[in-house]
Amino acid sequence: MTDVTPRALDARLAARLTPAVAMRAVSPATRDDASDAAISAVAVRTEQLDAMYGGVAAVRSATLTFTPGRVTAIIGPSGCGKSTLLRCINRLHETQPAARVRGAVFVDGRDVYAAGTDVVAVRRSIGFVAQRPTPFPSMNIRENVVAGLRVAGIRVSGTELEDRVEAVLQRTGLWDEVSDRLDSDPMSLSGGQQQRLCLARALAPEPRVLLLDEPTAALDPGSTQRIEELVYLLRGEVTTIIVTHNMQQAARVSDITAFMLEGELIEQAPTRVLFTAPSDARTELYLTGRFG
Amino acid sequence: MSAPTYPTARTMSSAERPPRSNARGDRWVGWGDRIYGALITACALAIPLLLVLVAAIIARSAWPAVSTVGAELVTGTTWDVPRGQFGALPAILGTLASSLLSLIIATPLALGVAIFVSELAPPAIRRPFAFLVDVLAAIPSVVYGLWALYVLVPFLREVVMPFLGDTLGLGALPLFKGPAYGPSLLAASLVLSIMILPYIAAVARELLQAVPRSQREAALALGATRWEMVRDAVLPYARSGLVGAAILGLGRALGETMAVTMVIGNRHELPSSLFQPAYTMASLLANEFNEASGALHVSALMAVAGILLAITLIVNAIARWLVWRMEART
Repeated sequence: MTDVTPRALDARLAARLTPAVAMRAVSPATRDDASDAAISAVAVRTEQLDAMYGGVAAVRSATLTFTPGRVTAIIGPSGCGKSTLLRCINRLHETQPAARVRGAVFVDGRDVYAAGTDVVAVRRSIGFVAQRPTPFPSMNIRENVVAGLRVAGIRVSGTELEDRVEAVLQRTGLWDEVSDRLDSDPMSLSGGQQQRLCLARALAPEPRVLLLDEPTAALDPGSTQRIEELVYLLRGEVTTIIVTHNMQQAARVSDITAFMLEGELIEQAPTRVLFTAPSDARTELYLTGRFG
Repeated sequence: MSAPTYPTARTMSSAERPPRSNARGDRWVGWGDRIYGALITACALAIPLLLVLVAAIIARSAWPAVSTVGAELVTGTTWDVPRGQFGALPAILGTLASSLLSLIIATPLALGVAIFVSELAPPAIRRPFAFLVDVLAAIPSVVYGLWALYVLVPFLREVVMPFLGDTLGLGALPLFKGPAYGPSLLAASLVLSIMILPYIAAVARELLQAVPRSQREAALALGATRWEMVRDAVLPYARSGLVGAAILGLGRALGETMAVTMVIGNRHELPSSLFQPAYTMASLLANEFNEASGALHVSALMAVAGILLAITLIVNAIARWLVWRMEART
């Protein structure tokens, strides 16, 4: 294997940049506008977070800060605990048998693990999209979009509901594809459409944090690109945390990248810095494909 | 450009074909395999063959009655052996009424049990609880019958029937009219519902456990409570299978004989009130086969058996298909 200098790596990554990221690179103003528009996005912070399956620690004393309105990518080899960390933020980890969590997760300054916390309220304020599309097969497309509103008990009039369905489907780029068949079975959609439907479902209740657990792992390149564009467009409105095993994806969509290894956070830095000049030797080894 | 050719079983010469028996070339192993295969195939084929044989024998034995009595068999309401009147409609309707009633009572309970075991119960008591429910299915029918006869029927006669009929004044309604005998359609339906509950609960439990974790997590992540998750994601996902589970219970109720015979009152009348004694096909067969007099009587009973077999087969086929369709989707 050839030795890869940071400079060479940077050039290689630059060659892979999509237009969206290229645009970001040439106009830093867009970036600042986006963060200024961050009205509803909130900060997320994990502190000394341990997550266990039975006796096995999947995450070990992870302390990370996620900047409001920005996209943070968590990368690392399989089994490094990145998905588990993500699932601790909306307290989904603990729903599995023998799963335990220690430490704190602050969402908008409140520890979601504090005694007396309403777990349901926490989850309602955080959107979540899983690795494989999970539309509810018993509901039609429209019902899937509003499923989150329904469980949240948000009662809106018929026309307003229709407007919200349209708005969120527009945002996820699905409207033109499904507007004429909102009453049909979601399983008739392609995998990529199903995943965007799940994204629409997660966004409909207007969450302030969006968790994406390898959202494109099961998708083809075209669908992957559409999801990545959506994530980019959501910057500023919502604090996005995306777990990915795809380093190029992290480079394309994220502002900040965190690298995890064996349950521990190795380093966290602005994406450009982490990919070009990682401060930890293990990060560089991973980025250059020596392991993982 | 020609397509590359790969050796397949057909294109390979006999020399390069792998040996049929084991590496040592032991011929007896090959024979053993064949004998074993033939035996197993024969055993498997025997089961559908048995069903066909039973159906054929019933059809043959029922033929004299069918040709003599004709449609009267399923439309007639009088069952008078000495006069040669064989109208099985009360028994047919009694079977359907008691089974459907038991289904209506048992399904919500069984669903509750299944939801409790698969969704709510702490892991430590899940298995013991499921085991206890399964044990209900292992209790012999006659034991249920005895319990019903000595405990349930007196309780219905002394407490439930007077309460429903007089205290609540439901006695004016046709469904609750008549004196409180005890042995009745209600007693039979209740004991049947206890008997089919474990079957429905066991199948429903497995169906609920087959609902993918990702579906549950999707609902939880949207901010559903545990109950909302069950209601909006788990139950709808398993819906068609759950219908199948209920119909499987119906299939069992239709054919249940001993316990029903002991408490339904065995009166050959069209079932009209929950409090009145009634009859079922299975009870009719159990009661009359021993003392069947004359060829026509036996033949009429065979015809009833045929009707019961046909209804049970159809119900079971529908149920299996629904459960299979749900499981095939996951």
